Amino acid sequence: MPENSRFTLDNGLRVVLAPDPTAPVVGVSVHYDVGFRSEPEGRTGFAHLFEHLMFQGSESLEKLAHFKIVQSSGGTFNGSTHPDYTDYYEVLPSAALERALFLEADRMRAPKLTPENLANQIDVVKEEIRLNVLNRPYGGFPWILLPPVLYRTFPNAHNGYGDFTDLEQASLDDCAAFFDTYYSPANAVLTVAGDFEPDRARELIEKHFGDVPYRPAPPKRSFAEPPPAGEVRDSHTDPHAPLPALAIGYRMPDPINELDGYLANLVLAGVLTDGDGSRLQQRLVHREPLVTDIGAGAGLFGPFEARDPDTFSITAIHAPDVSPDRVLSAVDEELEKLAANPPEAQELQKVTARWAASLHSEHDRLVSRTLGLGSFELLYGDPSLMYRLADRMAAVTAADVAAAAKALRPDSRAVLVVEPENGESK
Amino acid sequence: MSTATHRDAAEIGRTAKGPRAVPLLGDQRAAGNLSSVDTTIGNGLRVLAVRKANVPLVELRLRIPFAGADPLHPAMAEVLAETILTGTARRDRIEIDTELALIGGEVNATVDPERLSVNGSALADGLPTLLDVLADVLTSASYVDNEVGRESARLVERLAVSRTQPRVIAREALLKHVYGDHPVTREMPEAEDVAKVTPDAVRALHARAVLPRGSVLVVVGDIVPESVVSDIEKALQGWQADAEAAVLPPLPAVTGRDVLLVPRAGAVQSQIRLIAQALPRTDPRYAALQLANLAYGGYFSSRLVENIREDKGYTYSAHSGFEFTGATATVGVDADTANDVSAAAVLETFYELGKLALVPPTEEEVESVRQYAVGSLLTSTASQAGLASQLSALAAGGLGAEWLAEHPARLAAVTVEEVAQAALDYFAPVRFTGVVVGDAESLAPRLAALGGFTVGEPAQS
Repeated sequence: MPENSRFTLDNGLRVVLAPDPTAPVVGVSVHYDVGFRSEPEGRTGFAHLFEHLMFQGSESLEKLAHFKIVQSSGGTFNGSTHPDYTDYYEVLPSAALERALFLEADRMRAPKLTPENLANQIDVVKEEIRLNVLNRPYGGFPWILLPPVLYRTFPNAHNGYGDFTDLEQASLDDCAAFFDTYYSPANAVLTVAGDFEPDRARELIEKHFGDVPYRPAPPKRSFAEPPPAGEVRDSHTDPHAPLPALAIGYRMPDPINELDGYLANLVLAGVLTDGDGSRLQQRLVHREPLVTDIGAGAGLFGPFEARDPDTFSITAIHAPDVSPDRVLSAVDEELEKLAANPPEAQELQKVTARWAASLHSEHDRLVSRTLGLGSFELLYGDPSLMYRLADRMAAVTAADVAAAAKALRPDSRAVLVVEPENGESK
Repeated sequence: MSTATHRDAAEIGRTAKGPRAVPLLGDQRAAGNLSSVDTTIGNGLRVLAVRKANVPLVELRLRIPFAGADPLHPAMAEVLAETILTGTARRDRIEIDTELALIGGEVNATVDPERLSVNGSALADGLPTLLDVLADVLTSASYVDNEVGRESARLVERLAVSRTQPRVIAREALLKHVYGDHPVTREMPEAEDVAKVTPDAVRALHARAVLPRGSVLVVVGDIVPESVVSDIEKALQGWQADAEAAVLPPLPAVTGRDVLLVPRAGAVQSQIRLIAQALPRTDPRYAALQLANLAYGGYFSSRLVENIREDKGYTYSAHSGFEFTGATATVGVDADTANDVSAAAVLETFYELGKLALVPPTEEEVESVRQYAVGSLLTSTASQAGLASQLSALAAGGLGAEWLAEHPARLAAVTVEEVAQAALDYFAPVRFTGVVVGDAESLAPRLAALGGFTVGEPAQS
């Protein structure tokens, strides 16, 4: 990316511009450097609840106006809450660029936080949790269920969707404190990608965001905690699940400061479970067969969305007559084999070619390109890293992957077993 | 967080300068014309190839009409889709995966009552390999016994998982309630039928039903359309048959009648699923009906979402949208709600149907949905994968790239009166039926008070 595609406003707002005229649409996103790991104790789910509130009006826009303005301009919008950031975005016909900037600036400057909106959005979030967790088989598996087994401290271990009791106790003052602490321009990144003229975009950004007052970004907190000293296990009874499931959680290299080690883990995940020819698919799904499905990956929502500590997970759904320990020992054997005998060159090529294609595909979708540039600026201070990932992954060596496999130790991991409730399965 | 260090909510919500005006829209540039070829090759396959070269990838969508009246057809078709990529005369399962992986490729197959879909993608320079694997699979998939046996066993486990999903339970109940035992209701096979499927039966189904004539292949990406068509002609020359791929029999028209309350004891949330007859994209009134639907529940700023989510907090998501089957279409409404508000949500959902029919959308509402329809079309077709999927859906209804190019003009021409008429003709509550799946003990008394409800299992209705 050219150097002039990044700049910082006087109020501390970092900006990333990525022009691309191939389609007459534009993406705008704002990433705030706060996610559910920053929630205060006793306020589980607060970062996500707050994300909902940011859509409920601002000084210039009454409730519902945000949605109406985006959609009546031909656009789509959403937001999402992650462990270490919360993002908001619009993708619109390029004629609506200024509107999108106005909307994001207005709620960054003066969101309207009211008791009515808070009560209404607590209800909506509770329905979201019923829909995605409570009323669904494997709801919250593994992203809500695994962290409390693998981690000990509140920031890393708690439920990012939130407990109903905590949500109901959230107060307007909590919202005000959260906003003033974390939603300052100096704690945010604005990204504009797609069909626009950079100089004009810069003018519009100054015009709309320039007078959002400076407030200091909160000091960076460390969420570090030691890895488990042994294997830790827990079980969860799922009233809707027809088959048992298993999640193994490991700690992995710091995604930011040990990026190459982190990427080796991503390649390892591909070698283990990506495609019919991958090691765990071949053995556990096709050869033995012990499981219905198995997957491995870095980050519980996907890679590159968290700082340290981050989780490497392996998840499987299996038949009731297969014990979790049979699955675990097969996984351990395959990891030991990889640690002792590094993978073949072709195995790595398969993984890295598929990664290259999937990264191209992600960049081709304007919404994921916009959000990717923003999160790479926020977490890595380098949006262009997104475009270099495929090459960095292709440079991972067989020895790196073997070392990553060796580090996934049985004596320092979490095992979560999901058991169907008796009688429900049929 | 102590109260001394931050402003209160009221202070946060105001500035010295006060509210500001929303900026006007600028001038909108239209999407550029895409170079494309839409033709039928020698074996009867329609090929639609479009150049879109933003990234060095190619996307492929093959749709083969795949209906069948045999009671075992859904099970055989599902096993076929699960095993078509597990080996050919020339390649075993792992070789297929390896060759695709080395070109950054993926191919998957899925089936529904209407069609078998084989979708793929790869780095653009891997297209020859992608086509070679596709041709190999279409002409010589081998369905070896142990792959069929193992995939059938996995399928049985997956079906068990799927059938515990509330949305799947609701979908099956809705289809049975509306279409009885029409083949369209069999989106997922019964586990006991899957156990009866033999490898021979799958091979026979492939031989008689995986046919080029009547099928459509869409290719979008960093390609030259003309030369891709001749590459495809060459690659697929061994895929030959005189018969046409099997088209689903027409669906009976949906008529309004009682909504069925399907008991699901102990559920903490209910699934509301309503349906009515609508118009296909080929109908001259489709654009007006599309706008009426958006105004009802087709986007977030719709009447339904504003009412039952944003005003009342009854649901996380409420939505209405079209489903296109063969030459027909339906419009469906769905929302998932907590038990204590389900009946109230049903009331509001029907209220908004009646209101849309009787209190016509305002000019402002119509302008909003018009912009949204045009803009979301631009956005959804801006990526290769999005464009390929859109074109594939259109091609299934006999339409092509020109429909996409012309649709913004059709949307622009719709009048407010036409939207109001479409709303009256197609959104009146009497046209709807459907199901509510939930805890009958808590729901039945209140739904009975609303009227128009029957309690029971859909198979018996």
